[in-house]
Amino acid sequence: MTEEMKHPLSDYLRMDRLPHIWCAGCGLGIILHSYVEAIQELSMDLDKIVTVSGIGCAGRASGYVNTDAFHTTHGRALPFATGISISRPDLKTVVISGDGDLFAIGGNHLIHAARRNVDMLVICSNNFNYGMTGAQYGPTTPLNTRTPTSPYGSIENPFNLVALVASSGATMVSRWTVYHVYHLKNAIKKGLQKKGFSFIEVISPCTTGFGRLNKQTPIEMMRQLRDNTKIMKVHPMEATIDPSTEIIIGDFVDVRKPTYGEILRELEAKAR
Amino acid sequence: MANRVLTGTRFVHGDWACAEGAISAGCGYYAAYPITPATEIAERIAQRFPVLGGKFIQFEDEIGAIASVIGASFSGLKAMTATSGPGVSLMLENIGLAVMTEAPCVIVNVMRGGPSTGQPTMGAQGDVMQCRWGMHGDVETIALAPQSVQEMYDLTVEAFNLSEAYRTPVFLLSDANIGHLYERLTIPREEELTLVDRKRPTLPPSEYLPYRADESLVPPMASFGDGYRFYSTGLTHDEKGYPDMSVETQDKLVRRLCDKIRRNTDKITMVETLMTDDCEVLVVAYGIAARSAATAVKQARERGLKAGLLRLVSLWPFPDKLLEKMAEDAKAVIVAEMNYGQLVREVERAVKPKPVRFLPKLGENPHTPGEILEAIRRIDA
Ligand SMILES: Cc1ncc(C[n+]2csc(CCOP(=O)(O)OP(=O)(O)O)c2C)c(N)n1
Ligand code: SF4
Ligand SMILES: [Mg+2]
Repeated sequence: MTEEMKHPLSDYLRMDRLPHIWCAGCGLGIILHSYVEAIQELSMDLDKIVTVSGIGCAGRASGYVNTDAFHTTHGRALPFATGISISRPDLKTVVISGDGDLFAIGGNHLIHAARRNVDMLVICSNNFNYGMTGAQYGPTTPLNTRTPTSPYGSIENPFNLVALVASSGATMVSRWTVYHVYHLKNAIKKGLQKKGFSFIEVISPCTTGFGRLNKQTPIEMMRQLRDNTKIMKVHPMEATIDPSTEIIIGDFVDVRKPTYGEILRELEAKAR
Repeated sequence: MANRVLTGTRFVHGDWACAEGAISAGCGYYAAYPITPATEIAERIAQRFPVLGGKFIQFEDEIGAIASVIGASFSGLKAMTATSGPGVSLMLENIGLAVMTEAPCVIVNVMRGGPSTGQPTMGAQGDVMQCRWGMHGDVETIALAPQSVQEMYDLTVEAFNLSEAYRTPVFLLSDANIGHLYERLTIPREEELTLVDRKRPTLPPSEYLPYRADESLVPPMASFGDGYRFYSTGLTHDEKGYPDMSVETQDKLVRRLCDKIRRNTDKITMVETLMTDDCEVLVVAYGIAARSAATAVKQARERGLKAGLLRLVSLWPFPDKLLEKMAEDAKAVIVAEMNYGQLVREVERAVKPKPVRFLPKLGENPHTPGEILEAIRRIDA
């Protein structure tokens, strides 16, 4: 490839793995782009970042990034990442995964990793369903939504992810969408530099699943992210989310607390 | 700084010996969730690790524990978890991930009576097949079965060595009887220990293929942060580590993962024999049950009965050929294990058509020597 043809982010991606597997109009490409652009703008050493994911469409993100990367089992990205974060505090551990992976099958690990304040950045793509398996309802699916496993409408209450993670002890909590690329990138940059458990929820359209089933075109889904969102500086409990009416987005929490690793090193110093 | 290897002789329990074996082997990461009868391993590690700089973390469940162990292993540390049957049941999917991504790690199962919650404080040998066949897909495992407190130490060191040499999870299959047994333990001097470390890549990062192996079938392993920027996945993958759903790649990968262990069965196998040279009745046992079997064989000899003992120190990969050869001149084989029929199936398969008599034992106590002697006598009569 000649110099002028080279994509500005090609050093940050595994170019030999592209094109990616995601559908046209899917938000995951924007999340991936925002992530590597944030790394680039911070001039971070790619050798010192580990990108970890679980299973799902979002879980494929780790496979396209030119850092050390690991595609774990469904729901287990966080404990895997905890093992890295504790073993190699000199590396930046980043998890990119889906709402189902992190809050259904892996939900227990999520609240405990936040509680421990393990030093890592978690980027959660929330597309309101289990995209990879065909858009079944999950822990984020709005009430009454029709999906292949809720043909009469979902009868379960969804989680408010930012409220849950904040109340579990996370030291940085944000919610953005793939429409708000500038804010999203800045939040990721902040998270990459943050010491402590940092969580960014990214509302991301699943065009093939949620979109098709709810008779929304990719363009309509993107428009909704523009029109139905409101940037606010509120307590995460007040950051309500209802994709068909209003989604409160913004940076909700940013505090500094000793991380698990820092406390462990203090304990080691004392024990010696 | 405290001593890593606690050289000397002490009167301790098996779980303690296991923890010290891990520390002697260079274990730098331990994650677990409390469960009887393995908790004491975590308690000992929790006491010792902070002083040594090892990383101990108590997880929210066994699934998290094993996932983090694999993460630590890829971070360059020797890593371990210990649990009992219920915990292994939860771990199985991720043990498969360790097999697939070739993460060296040690999984200690201090077995208790099952199924389900079963008999938490009581020993059993009911998880022998679980560690062999519990994971989905085609796998080969390595499992070692200590019969004493000393072996809880020795075989824990060996389990780490095998896991590093073959880049695979290795099971230490102990049981509540040995975990909670107090006996003499002698820890050697540090320089007397033989320790194995995983093969590291020698090629520069631009040429390194994380899943290309030489004739040993074991690929060299880079760690996170080494500058190799490798990608690893539980999906079927090519030598680059990239997902590849082709039939050829699946065939090649699964064969290599299994063959790296299968082809080394003779090298991995550890057994101990007692008076087997001229034996007419061959007793096969492992773990705590082998202690009763040894006494029974000695008593049989005193009574003029030609019995011998084959104690399997390693259970998996199963030494088919060795069994066949050892049973060649025997009239019959007796298998004594603390379950309702597990490893006996492997023995039957290996020694066919030799008659095999099975002595099951359910509920805490191993067979008495008398019970095994009686079985020997019946065959001889
Ligand atoms: C143990 C296990 N159960 C179920 C599955 C099937 N599965 C694969 S991806 C997935 C859902 C993923 O949903 P989410 O995390 O929201 O990611 P998305 O595809 O929506 O990006 C499920 C249920 C699996 N791979 N492993
Ligand atoms: S199924 Fe949905 S989440 Fe998955 S790639 Fe397609 S649009 Fe994206
Ligand atoms: Mg999803």
